[in-house]
Amino acid sequence: MKLNKFWFIIAAVFLIGIAFTMVADNEFYFYATYAVMQLMIMGIAWNILGGFTGYVNFGSGGFFAAGAYTTVFLHRAFDAPPLLIAVLVAPMVCGLIGLGVGYFTLRLKGVYFAIATLAVAIILETIVVNWEFVGGAGGYYLLIPENVVFFDSYIEWLFVLILAITLIAIIVSRYLNSSKIGQGLAAIRDDELAAESMGVPTLKLKLISTTVMGGLMGAAGAPFPYFITFVEPVSAFNLLVAVMAIAVPMIGGTASWIGPVIGGLLLGTIQETVTVNISSELNLLIVGVVLVGFISLAPQGITGLYQDFMRKRRKGND
Amino acid sequence: MTEPILSVTNLTKRFGGFVALDGVDVSLGDKERLGLIGPNGSGKTTLINCISGALYNEQGKVNFEGSDVTGTTASSRAKLGIIRTFQIPRPFRSMTIIENLLIPMEYAASGRMESRNLRDQAMESLEIVGLQDRADENSANLTQIDMRRLELARALSAKPSLLLSDETMAGLSSSEVDEVLDILFALNGRGVAVIMIEHIMRAVMKYSERIVVLDAGKKIADGSPDEIVNNRDVERAYLGE
Repeated sequence: MKLNKFWFIIAAVFLIGIAFTMVADNEFYFYATYAVMQLMIMGIAWNILGGFTGYVNFGSGGFFAAGAYTTVFLHRAFDAPPLLIAVLVAPMVCGLIGLGVGYFTLRLKGVYFAIATLAVAIILETIVVNWEFVGGAGGYYLLIPENVVFFDSYIEWLFVLILAITLIAIIVSRYLNSSKIGQGLAAIRDDELAAESMGVPTLKLKLISTTVMGGLMGAAGAPFPYFITFVEPVSAFNLLVAVMAIAVPMIGGTASWIGPVIGGLLLGTIQETVTVNISSELNLLIVGVVLVGFISLAPQGITGLYQDFMRKRRKGND
Repeated sequence: MTEPILSVTNLTKRFGGFVALDGVDVSLGDKERLGLIGPNGSGKTTLINCISGALYNEQGKVNFEGSDVTGTTASSRAKLGIIRTFQIPRPFRSMTIIENLLIPMEYAASGRMESRNLRDQAMESLEIVGLQDRADENSANLTQIDMRRLELARALSAKPSLLLSDETMAGLSSSEVDEVLDILFALNGRGVAVIMIEHIMRAVMKYSERIVVLDAGKKIADGSPDEIVNNRDVERAYLGE
Protein backbone atom coordinates (compact mmCIF):
# COMPACT_ATOMS: atom_id res chain seq x y z
CA MET A 1 0.00 0.00 0.00
CA LYS A 2 2.69 2.40 1.09
CA LEU A 3 4.87 1.23 -1.76
CA ASN A 4 2.17 1.97 -4.30
CA LYS A 5 1.69 5.43 -2.86
CA PHE A 6 5.39 6.15 -3.31
CA TRP A 7 5.44 5.07 -6.94
CA PHE A 8 2.24 6.95 -7.58
CA ILE A 9 3.80 10.17 -6.28
CA ILE A 10 6.96 9.61 -8.33
CA ALA A 11 4.92 9.09 -11.50
CA ALA A 12 2.63 12.03 -10.71
CA VAL A 13 5.53 14.42 -10.13
CA PHE A 14 7.09 13.40 -13.44
CA LEU A 15 3.87 13.91 -15.34
CA ILE A 16 3.24 17.26 -13.67
CA GLY A 17 6.77 18.23 -14.70
CA ILE A 18 6.04 17.37 -18.32
CA ALA A 19 2.75 19.25 -18.19
CA PHE A 20 4.60 22.22 -16.69
CA THR A 21 6.80 22.48 -19.80
CA MET A 22 3.69 22.76 -21.95
CA VAL A 23 1.96 25.37 -19.83
CA ALA A 24 4.65 27.69 -18.48
CA ASP A 25 6.31 30.04 -20.89
CA ASN A 26 8.55 32.06 -18.60
CA GLU A 27 11.94 30.38 -18.86
CA PHE A 28 13.00 31.65 -15.46
CA TYR A 29 10.88 28.98 -13.76
CA PHE A 30 12.82 26.25 -15.49
CA TYR A 31 16.18 27.75 -14.58
CA ALA A 32 15.11 28.14 -10.96
CA THR A 33 13.63 24.65 -10.56
CA TYR A 34 16.63 23.17 -12.36
CA ALA A 35 18.92 24.70 -9.74
CA VAL A 36 16.73 23.43 -6.91
CA MET A 37 16.72 19.91 -8.28
CA GLN A 38 20.46 19.87 -8.95
CA LEU A 39 20.96 20.83 -5.32
CA MET A 40 18.58 18.11 -4.20
CA ILE A 41 20.41 15.40 -6.16
CA MET A 42 23.70 16.45 -4.61
CA GLY A 43 22.16 16.36 -1.15
CA ILE A 44 20.73 12.90 -1.78
CA ALA A 45 24.07 11.67 -3.11
CA TRP A 46 26.03 13.11 -0.19
CA ASN A 47 23.59 11.61 2.27
CA ILE A 48 24.11 8.06 1.02
CA LEU A 49 27.73 8.14 2.16
CA GLY A 50 27.54 10.86 4.81
CA GLY A 51 24.13 10.16 6.35
CA PHE A 52 23.44 6.46 5.88
CA THR A 53 27.04 5.26 6.22
CA GLY A 54 28.47 7.97 8.47
CA TYR A 55 31.43 8.97 6.32
CA VAL A 56 31.58 12.76 5.99
CA ASN A 57 32.72 13.75 2.54
CA PHE A 58 34.03 17.16 1.47
CA GLY A 59 34.81 16.05 -2.06
CA SER A 60 31.32 16.39 -3.55
CA GLY A 61 32.52 19.25 -5.75
CA GLY A 62 35.09 16.93 -7.30
CA PHE A 63 32.54 14.29 -8.23
CA PHE A 64 30.06 16.88 -9.49
CA ALA A 65 32.71 18.51 -11.66
CA ALA A 66 33.92 15.13 -12.89
CA GLY A 67 30.38 14.57 -14.15
CA ALA A 68 30.33 17.97 -15.83
CA TYR A 69 33.72 17.40 -17.42
CA THR A 70 32.69 13.97 -18.68
CA THR A 71 30.08 15.83 -20.70
CA VAL A 72 32.68 18.34 -21.87
CA PHE A 73 35.04 15.54 -22.87
CA LEU A 74 32.35 13.72 -24.84
CA HIS A 75 31.27 16.99 -26.45
CA ARG A 76 34.79 17.66 -27.66
CA ALA A 77 35.80 14.10 -28.51
CA PHE A 78 32.68 12.97 -30.36
CA ASP A 79 31.53 16.26 -31.84
CA ALA A 80 28.61 17.10 -29.57
CA PRO A 81 26.79 13.79 -29.09
CA PRO A 82 23.29 13.95 -27.58
CA LEU A 83 23.29 15.03 -23.93
CA LEU A 84 21.50 11.83 -22.98
CA ILE A 85 24.67 9.86 -23.76
CA ALA A 86 26.68 12.04 -21.39
CA VAL A 87 24.03 11.63 -18.72
CA LEU A 88 24.43 7.87 -19.00
CA VAL A 89 28.23 7.85 -19.19
CA ALA A 90 28.98 10.41 -16.45
CA PRO A 91 27.45 8.36 -13.58
CA MET A 92 29.51 5.38 -14.68
CA VAL A 93 32.73 7.42 -14.78
CA CYS A 94 32.00 9.07 -11.43
CA GLY A 95 30.83 5.80 -9.92
CA LEU A 96 34.17 4.28 -10.86
CA ILE A 97 35.99 7.26 -9.36
CA GLY A 98 33.88 6.75 -6.24
CA LEU A 99 34.80 3.07 -6.14
CA GLY A 100 38.51 3.84 -6.54
CA VAL A 101 38.49 6.62 -4.00
CA GLY A 102 36.54 4.42 -1.60
CA TYR A 103 39.00 1.59 -1.97
CA PHE A 104 41.96 3.80 -1.12
CA THR A 105 40.46 6.04 1.55
CA LEU A 106 37.86 4.02 3.43
CA ARG A 107 40.35 2.64 5.91
CA LEU A 108 40.55 6.21 7.18
CA LYS A 109 38.04 7.27 9.79
CA GLY A 110 36.26 10.47 10.72
CA VAL A 111 38.10 13.68 10.03
CA TYR A 112 40.91 11.89 8.18
CA PHE A 113 38.47 10.50 5.66
CA ALA A 114 36.94 13.96 5.23
CA ILE A 115 40.36 15.47 4.51
CA ALA A 116 41.17 12.68 2.05
CA THR A 117 37.99 13.41 0.07
CA LEU A 118 38.93 17.08 0.00
CA ALA A 119 42.29 16.06 -1.42
CA VAL A 120 40.59 13.96 -4.10
CA ALA A 121 38.64 17.02 -5.26
CA ILE A 122 41.86 19.03 -5.45
CA ILE A 123 43.61 16.28 -7.43
CA LEU A 124 40.73 16.14 -9.92
CA GLU A 125 40.74 19.91 -10.24
CA THR A 126 44.48 19.95 -10.89
CA ILE A 127 44.08 17.35 -13.61
CA VAL A 128 41.33 19.35 -15.33
CA VAL A 129 43.20 22.68 -15.05
CA ASN A 130 46.16 21.11 -16.85
CA TRP A 131 44.14 19.25 -19.44
CA GLU A 132 43.92 21.46 -22.51
CA PHE A 133 41.60 19.10 -24.34
CA VAL A 134 38.70 19.99 -22.03
CA GLY A 135 39.60 23.67 -21.94
CA GLY A 136 42.16 23.69 -19.13
CA ALA A 137 42.12 26.69 -16.81
CA GLY A 138 40.45 28.85 -19.44
CA GLY A 139 37.23 26.88 -19.50
CA TYR A 140 35.09 25.45 -22.26
CA TYR A 141 32.17 26.91 -24.19
CA LEU A 142 29.31 24.70 -25.29
CA LEU A 143 26.80 25.75 -27.86
CA ILE A 144 23.32 24.64 -27.05
CA PRO A 145 21.73 22.73 -29.93
CA GLU A 146 19.20 24.92 -31.67
CA ASN A 147 16.67 22.26 -32.48
CA VAL A 148 15.01 20.34 -29.70
CA VAL A 149 12.41 17.69 -30.23
CA PHE A 150 9.22 17.66 -28.14
CA PHE A 151 10.06 20.84 -26.22
CA ASP A 152 9.81 24.53 -26.99
CA SER A 153 13.31 25.33 -25.78
CA TYR A 154 16.46 23.62 -24.63
CA ILE A 155 15.97 24.58 -20.98
CA GLU A 156 12.66 22.71 -20.96
CA TRP A 157 14.46 19.59 -22.08
CA LEU A 158 17.15 20.13 -19.40
CA PHE A 159 14.41 20.60 -16.84
CA VAL A 160 12.73 17.30 -17.72
CA LEU A 161 16.10 15.56 -17.75
CA ILE A 162 17.11 16.78 -14.29
CA LEU A 163 13.63 15.97 -13.01
CA ALA A 164 14.08 12.38 -14.20
CA ILE A 165 17.55 12.20 -12.60
CA THR A 166 16.15 13.58 -9.35
CA LEU A 167 13.39 10.99 -9.25
CA ILE A 168 15.84 8.20 -10.00
CA ALA A 169 18.13 9.49 -7.23
CA ILE A 170 15.20 9.45 -4.81
CA ILE A 171 14.27 5.89 -5.84
CA VAL A 172 17.88 4.68 -5.43
CA SER A 173 18.28 6.42 -2.10
CA ARG A 174 14.99 5.09 -0.77
CA TYR A 175 15.87 1.59 -1.88
CA LEU A 176 19.27 1.75 -0.15
CA ASN A 177 17.71 3.21 2.98
CA SER A 178 14.97 0.64 3.43
CA SER A 179 16.70 -2.50 2.23
CA LYS A 180 19.02 -4.93 3.97
CA ILE A 181 21.91 -2.87 2.58
CA GLY A 182 20.53 0.18 4.40
CA GLN A 183 20.43 -1.70 7.70
CA GLY A 184 24.00 -2.80 7.15
CA LEU A 185 25.07 0.79 6.39
CA ALA A 186 23.32 2.00 9.55
CA ALA A 187 25.22 -0.63 11.53
CA ILE A 188 28.49 0.61 10.00
CA ARG A 189 27.60 4.19 10.91
CA ASP A 190 26.86 3.21 14.50
CA ASP A 191 29.84 0.94 15.08
CA GLU A 192 31.90 -0.42 12.25
CA LEU A 193 33.81 -3.01 14.30
CA ALA A 194 30.65 -4.42 15.82
CA ALA A 195 28.99 -4.47 12.39
CA GLU A 196 31.85 -6.48 10.90
CA SER A 197 31.75 -8.94 13.79
CA MET A 198 28.02 -9.42 13.27
CA GLY A 199 28.61 -10.55 9.71
CA VAL A 200 28.14 -7.23 7.89
CA PRO A 201 30.65 -7.16 5.00
CA THR A 202 31.70 -3.61 5.83
CA LEU A 203 34.21 -3.02 3.03
CA LYS A 204 31.80 -4.20 0.35
CA LEU A 205 28.92 -2.09 1.66
CA LYS A 206 31.10 1.00 2.00
CA LEU A 207 32.28 0.57 -1.58
CA ILE A 208 28.66 0.29 -2.74
CA SER A 209 28.00 3.49 -0.81
CA THR A 210 30.89 5.48 -2.34
CA THR A 211 30.10 4.16 -5.82
CA VAL A 212 26.44 5.16 -5.66
CA MET A 213 27.38 8.53 -4.14
CA GLY A 214 29.87 9.18 -6.95
CA GLY A 215 27.43 8.03 -9.61
CA LEU A 216 24.64 10.32 -8.43
CA MET A 217 26.98 13.29 -8.06
CA GLY A 218 28.15 12.63 -11.60
CA ALA A 219 24.55 12.47 -12.83
CA ALA A 220 23.90 15.85 -11.20
CA GLY A 221 26.96 17.31 -12.93
CA ALA A 222 26.46 15.83 -16.39
CA PRO A 223 23.83 18.32 -17.73
CA PHE A 224 25.53 21.25 -15.95
CA PRO A 225 27.69 22.39 -18.92
CA TYR A 226 24.57 22.69 -21.05
CA PHE A 227 22.81 24.52 -18.25
CA ILE A 228 25.40 27.30 -17.96
CA THR A 229 26.98 26.84 -21.45
CA PHE A 230 30.43 27.66 -20.11
CA VAL A 231 32.42 25.51 -17.69
CA GLU A 232 35.67 26.40 -16.04
CA PRO A 233 37.44 24.56 -13.23
CA VAL A 234 37.25 27.18 -10.47
CA SER A 235 33.45 27.37 -10.51
CA ALA A 236 32.87 23.69 -11.28
CA PHE A 237 35.13 22.51 -8.45
CA ASN A 238 33.97 25.21 -6.08
CA LEU A 239 34.09 24.16 -2.45
CA LEU A 240 30.68 25.78 -2.14
CA VAL A 241 29.26 22.83 -4.07
CA ALA A 242 30.50 20.53 -1.31
CA VAL A 243 29.17 22.82 1.41
CA MET A 244 25.75 22.99 -0.20
CA ALA A 245 25.65 19.21 -0.65
CA ILE A 246 26.26 18.87 3.09
CA ALA A 247 23.82 21.63 4.05
CA VAL A 248 20.88 19.99 2.28
CA PRO A 249 20.76 16.74 4.33
CA MET A 250 21.80 18.61 7.49
CA ILE A 251 18.69 20.74 7.19
CA GLY A 252 16.39 17.96 6.04
CA GLY A 253 17.72 15.18 8.24
CA THR A 254 20.39 12.58 7.50
CA ALA A 255 18.89 9.35 8.79
CA SER A 256 16.31 8.71 6.08
CA TRP A 257 15.95 9.14 2.33
CA ILE A 258 13.29 11.82 2.68
CA GLY A 259 15.61 14.18 4.60
CA PRO A 260 17.64 15.54 1.67
CA VAL A 261 14.49 15.73 -0.46
CA ILE A 262 12.89 18.10 2.04
CA GLY A 263 16.18 19.89 2.69
CA GLY A 264 16.82 20.35 -1.02
CA LEU A 265 13.35 21.74 -1.64
CA LEU A 266 13.59 24.13 1.28
CA LEU A 267 17.14 25.35 0.86
CA GLY A 268 16.92 25.49 -2.92
CA THR A 269 13.71 27.47 -2.86
CA ILE A 270 15.05 29.92 -0.27
CA GLN A 271 18.18 30.38 -2.34
CA GLU A 272 16.41 31.01 -5.60
CA THR A 273 13.90 33.37 -4.01
CA VAL A 274 16.60 35.38 -2.28
CA THR A 275 18.80 35.49 -5.38
CA VAL A 276 16.00 36.95 -7.44
CA ASN A 277 14.31 39.20 -4.91
CA ILE A 278 17.20 40.44 -2.83
CA SER A 279 20.68 39.66 -4.10
CA SER A 280 22.83 36.74 -5.10
CA GLU A 281 25.50 37.70 -2.56
CA LEU A 282 23.03 37.68 0.28
CA ASN A 283 21.80 34.23 -0.64
CA LEU A 284 25.06 32.68 0.61
CA LEU A 285 24.73 34.47 3.90
CA ILE A 286 21.22 33.12 4.28
CA VAL A 287 22.36 29.56 3.56
CA GLY A 288 24.97 30.01 6.29
CA VAL A 289 22.47 31.35 8.80
CA VAL A 290 19.94 28.58 8.07
CA LEU A 291 22.67 25.95 8.42
CA VAL A 292 23.99 27.31 11.71
CA GLY A 293 20.43 27.56 12.99
CA PHE A 294 19.65 23.95 12.19
CA ILE A 295 22.91 22.54 13.50
CA SER A 296 22.53 24.27 16.85
CA LEU A 297 18.76 24.04 17.30
CA ALA A 298 17.72 20.92 15.40
CA PRO A 299 20.76 18.73 14.73
CA GLN A 300 18.52 15.92 13.47
CA GLY A 301 17.08 18.18 10.79
CA ILE A 302 13.45 18.58 9.84
CA THR A 303 12.74 14.83 9.86
CA GLY A 304 14.20 14.69 13.38
CA LEU A 305 11.93 17.53 14.50
CA TYR A 306 8.95 15.75 12.99
CA GLN A 307 9.80 12.50 14.77
CA ASP A 308 10.20 14.29 18.10
CA PHE A 309 6.85 15.96 17.55
CA MET A 310 5.15 12.64 16.77
CA ARG A 311 6.73 10.98 19.80
CA LYS A 312 5.53 13.74 22.09
CA ARG A 313 2.05 13.59 20.63
CA ARG A 314 1.92 9.82 21.11
CA LYS A 315 3.01 10.26 24.72
CA GLY A 316 0.35 12.92 25.16
CA ASN A 317 -2.30 10.53 23.90
CA ASP A 318 -1.30 7.69 26.25
CA MET B 1 37.12 -35.34 23.14
CA THR B 2 35.19 -35.34 19.88
CA GLU B 3 36.50 -33.82 16.66
CA PRO B 4 37.53 -30.23 17.54
CA ILE B 5 35.40 -27.46 16.03
CA LEU B 6 38.22 -24.98 16.45
CA SER B 7 41.91 -25.65 16.23
CA VAL B 8 44.48 -22.90 16.41
CA THR B 9 47.97 -24.04 15.55
CA ASN B 10 51.26 -22.23 16.10
CA LEU B 11 49.56 -18.83 16.05
CA THR B 12 51.96 -15.89 16.17
CA LYS B 13 50.97 -12.23 16.17
CA ARG B 14 53.41 -9.32 16.25
CA PHE B 15 52.72 -5.61 16.67
CA GLY B 16 55.90 -4.12 15.23
CA GLY B 17 58.68 -5.61 17.30
CA PHE B 18 56.37 -6.70 20.11
CA VAL B 19 55.36 -10.34 20.05
CA ALA B 20 51.81 -10.45 21.38
CA LEU B 21 51.26 -14.13 20.71
CA ASP B 22 54.05 -16.61 20.26
CA GLY B 23 53.28 -20.01 18.78
CA VAL B 24 50.00 -20.59 20.59
CA ASP B 25 48.09 -23.85 20.07
CA VAL B 26 44.51 -24.10 21.27
CA SER B 27 41.82 -26.53 20.31
CA LEU B 28 38.22 -26.65 21.32
CA GLY B 29 35.75 -29.50 21.23
CA ASP B 30 32.16 -29.27 20.11
CA LYS B 31 30.00 -27.56 22.77
CA GLU B 32 33.02 -27.25 25.07
CA ARG B 33 33.33 -24.42 27.62
CA LEU B 34 36.88 -23.12 27.67
CA GLY B 35 38.19 -20.48 30.05
CA LEU B 36 41.03 -18.27 28.83
CA ILE B 37 42.96 -16.53 31.60
CA GLY B 38 46.25 -14.78 32.08
CA PRO B 39 47.68 -11.57 33.53
CA ASN B 40 46.96 -8.24 31.85
CA GLY B 41 48.74 -7.95 28.52
CA SER B 42 49.25 -11.67 28.16
CA GLY B 43 47.50 -11.76 24.78
CA LYS B 44 44.01 -13.03 25.60
CA THR B 45 42.10 -10.39 23.63
CA THR B 46 44.65 -10.59 20.81
CA LEU B 47 43.98 -14.32 20.59
CA ILE B 48 40.22 -13.68 20.44
CA ASN B 49 40.82 -11.05 17.75
CA CYS B 50 42.85 -13.48 15.68
CA ILE B 51 40.23 -16.21 16.01
CA SER B 52 37.36 -13.86 15.13
CA GLY B 53 39.24 -12.24 12.26
CA ALA B 54 39.45 -8.72 13.68
CA LEU B 55 43.24 -9.11 13.42
CA TYR B 56 45.22 -11.13 10.92
CA ASN B 57 47.95 -13.41 12.22
CA GLU B 58 51.29 -13.53 10.43
CA GLN B 59 52.00 -17.14 11.26
CA GLY B 60 49.98 -20.16 12.16
CA LYS B 61 46.57 -21.40 11.19
CA VAL B 62 43.01 -21.09 12.42
CA ASN B 63 40.79 -24.02 11.49
CA PHE B 64 37.08 -23.90 12.13
CA GLU B 65 34.76 -26.85 11.59
CA GLY B 66 37.29 -28.51 9.34
CA SER B 67 38.03 -25.55 7.06
CA ASP B 68 40.96 -23.17 7.14
CA VAL B 69 39.72 -19.64 7.90
CA THR B 70 43.14 -18.00 8.31
CA GLY B 71 43.20 -14.66 6.49
CA THR B 72 39.45 -14.42 5.93
CA THR B 73 37.49 -11.37 7.08
CA ALA B 74 35.69 -11.16 10.40
CA SER B 75 32.33 -10.90 8.64
CA SER B 76 32.88 -14.11 6.68
CA ARG B 77 33.90 -15.92 9.88
CA ALA B 78 30.77 -14.56 11.56
CA LYS B 79 28.76 -16.15 8.75
CA LEU B 80 30.38 -19.49 9.58
CA GLY B 81 29.32 -19.11 13.20
CA ILE B 82 32.32 -17.57 15.00
CA ILE B 83 30.77 -14.74 16.99
CA ARG B 84 32.39 -12.51 19.56
CA THR B 85 31.28 -10.05 22.20
CA PHE B 86 33.29 -6.98 23.14
CA GLN B 87 35.00 -6.04 26.37
CA ILE B 88 33.27 -2.66 26.23
CA PRO B 89 29.75 -3.20 24.85
CA ARG B 90 29.27 -1.84 21.35
CA PRO B 91 25.55 -1.57 20.63
CA PHE B 92 24.26 0.01 17.41
CA ARG B 93 23.23 3.18 19.17
CA SER B 94 20.80 4.61 16.64
CA MET B 95 18.72 1.43 16.79
CA THR B 96 16.28 -0.03 19.26
CA ILE B 97 17.18 -3.16 21.18
CA ILE B 98 15.38 -5.47 18.79
CA GLU B 99 16.79 -3.73 15.72
CA ASN B 100 20.24 -4.46 17.12
CA LEU B 101 19.38 -8.14 16.94
CA LEU B 102 18.07 -7.95 13.39
CA ILE B 103 21.51 -6.97 12.05
CA PRO B 104 23.19 -10.33 12.79
CA MET B 105 20.01 -12.13 11.73
CA GLU B 106 20.10 -10.40 8.34
CA TYR B 107 23.83 -10.81 7.90
CA ALA B 108 25.80 -13.34 9.97
CA ALA B 109 22.97 -15.85 10.19
CA SER B 110 21.19 -14.93 6.96
CA GLY B 111 21.55 -18.35 5.37
CA ARG B 112 20.84 -20.21 8.57
CA MET B 113 17.69 -18.56 9.92
CA GLU B 114 14.43 -20.38 10.25
CA SER B 115 11.77 -19.12 7.91
CA ARG B 116 9.60 -17.85 10.75
CA ASN B 117 9.06 -14.16 11.45
CA LEU B 118 12.45 -12.62 12.31
CA ARG B 119 10.97 -10.49 15.06
CA ASP B 120 9.60 -13.56 16.85
CA GLN B 121 13.00 -15.20 16.66
CA ALA B 122 14.64 -12.04 17.99
CA MET B 123 12.16 -11.96 20.87
CA GLU B 124 13.23 -15.49 21.84
CA SER B 125 16.83 -14.33 22.11
CA LEU B 126 15.71 -11.36 24.22
CA GLU B 127 13.79 -13.70 26.54
CA ILE B 128 16.93 -15.72 27.21
CA VAL B 129 18.74 -12.59 28.46
CA GLY B 130 15.66 -11.05 30.07
CA LEU B 131 15.20 -8.00 27.83
CA GLN B 132 11.91 -9.11 26.24
CA ASP B 133 9.88 -6.28 27.79
CA ARG B 134 12.21 -3.59 26.48
CA ALA B 135 12.52 -4.66 22.85
CA ASP B 136 11.54 -1.28 21.40
CA GLU B 137 13.60 0.90 23.72
CA ASN B 138 16.56 2.80 22.37
CA SER B 139 19.80 0.91 22.91
CA ALA B 140 21.90 3.99 23.67
CA ASN B 141 20.55 4.61 27.17
CA LEU B 142 20.96 1.17 28.72
CA THR B 143 22.67 0.45 32.04
CA GLN B 144 25.91 -1.52 32.06
CA ILE B 145 24.29 -4.86 32.87
CA ASP B 146 21.63 -4.34 30.21
CA MET B 147 24.32 -3.46 27.68
CA ARG B 148 25.97 -6.81 28.47
CA ARG B 149 22.62 -8.54 28.12
CA LEU B 150 22.08 -6.88 24.76
CA GLU B 151 25.60 -7.79 23.69
CA LEU B 152 24.89 -11.46 24.49
CA ALA B 153 21.43 -11.43 22.91
CA ARG B 154 22.89 -9.94 19.75
CA ALA B 155 25.62 -12.56 19.69
CA LEU B 156 22.98 -15.25 20.19
CA SER B 157 20.96 -13.88 17.26
CA ALA B 158 23.91 -14.53 15.00
CA LYS B 159 23.36 -18.27 15.59
CA PRO B 160 26.91 -18.94 16.73
CA SER B 161 28.47 -22.36 17.00
CA LEU B 162 31.42 -20.73 18.77
CA LEU B 163 31.00 -17.74 21.07
CA LEU B 164 34.04 -15.71 22.06
CA SER B 165 33.08 -13.90 25.23
CA ASP B 166 35.56 -11.15 26.06
CA GLU B 167 35.23 -10.08 29.70
CA THR B 168 31.48 -9.96 29.57
CA MET B 169 31.35 -9.64 33.36
CA ALA B 170 33.96 -6.96 33.98
CA GLY B 171 32.66 -4.35 36.39
CA LEU B 172 29.46 -6.17 37.28
CA SER B 173 28.26 -6.85 40.82
CA SER B 174 28.35 -10.36 42.25
CA SER B 175 24.67 -11.06 41.60
CA GLU B 176 24.95 -9.65 38.10
CA VAL B 177 27.91 -11.97 37.46
CA ASP B 178 25.69 -14.91 38.40
CA GLU B 179 23.04 -13.64 36.02
CA VAL B 180 25.46 -13.44 33.09
CA LEU B 181 26.83 -16.88 34.02
CA ASP B 182 23.31 -18.27 33.78
CA ILE B 183 22.91 -16.74 30.34
CA LEU B 184 26.22 -18.23 29.21
CA PHE B 185 25.21 -21.65 30.58
CA ALA B 186 21.91 -21.37 28.71
CA LEU B 187 23.79 -20.54 25.51
CA ASN B 188 26.04 -23.52 25.97
CA GLY B 189 22.96 -25.65 26.62
CA ARG B 190 21.77 -24.71 23.14
CA GLY B 191 24.88 -26.29 21.67
CA VAL B 192 27.22 -23.30 21.50
CA ALA B 193 30.90 -23.82 22.29
CA VAL B 194 32.22 -20.93 24.39
CA ILE B 195 35.64 -19.43 24.94
CA MET B 196 35.42 -17.13 27.94
CA ILE B 197 38.00 -14.51 28.83
CA GLU B 198 37.47 -13.45 32.40
CA HIS B 199 39.34 -12.01 35.34
CA ILE B 200 36.70 -13.02 37.87
CA MET B 201 38.15 -16.35 39.01
CA ARG B 202 34.99 -17.53 40.69
CA ALA B 203 33.14 -17.27 37.38
CA VAL B 204 35.87 -18.88 35.30
CA MET B 205 36.27 -21.78 37.70
CA LYS B 206 32.55 -22.39 37.82
CA TYR B 207 31.97 -22.10 34.10
CA SER B 208 34.95 -23.71 32.43
CA GLU B 209 35.38 -27.39 31.70
CA ARG B 210 38.93 -26.66 30.67
CA ILE B 211 41.19 -23.63 31.15
CA VAL B 212 44.03 -22.29 29.03
CA VAL B 213 46.50 -19.90 30.63
CA LEU B 214 48.47 -17.35 28.64
CA ASP B 215 51.46 -15.44 29.90
CA ALA B 216 53.42 -12.94 27.79
CA GLY B 217 51.98 -14.39 24.59
CA LYS B 218 52.78 -18.01 25.38
CA LYS B 219 50.50 -20.78 26.52
CA ILE B 220 51.80 -21.94 29.88
CA ALA B 221 49.05 -24.30 30.98
CA ASP B 222 46.07 -26.17 29.59
CA GLY B 223 43.94 -28.36 31.79
CA SER B 224 40.94 -28.79 34.06
CA PRO B 225 40.22 -26.01 36.59
CA ASP B 226 41.64 -28.16 39.41
CA GLU B 227 44.87 -28.78 37.56
CA ILE B 228 45.22 -25.08 36.79
CA VAL B 229 44.74 -24.05 40.40
CA ASN B 230 47.58 -26.33 41.47
CA ASN B 231 49.89 -25.49 38.58
CA ARG B 232 53.23 -23.97 39.70
CA ASP B 233 53.75 -22.04 36.45
CA VAL B 234 50.36 -20.37 36.69
CA GLU B 235 51.04 -19.36 40.28
CA ARG B 236 54.37 -17.89 39.21
CA ALA B 237 52.81 -15.97 36.32
CA TYR B 238 50.22 -14.38 38.56
CA LEU B 239 52.17 -13.91 41.79
CA GLY B 240 55.81 -13.94 40.74
CA GLU B 241 58.57 -16.05 42.30
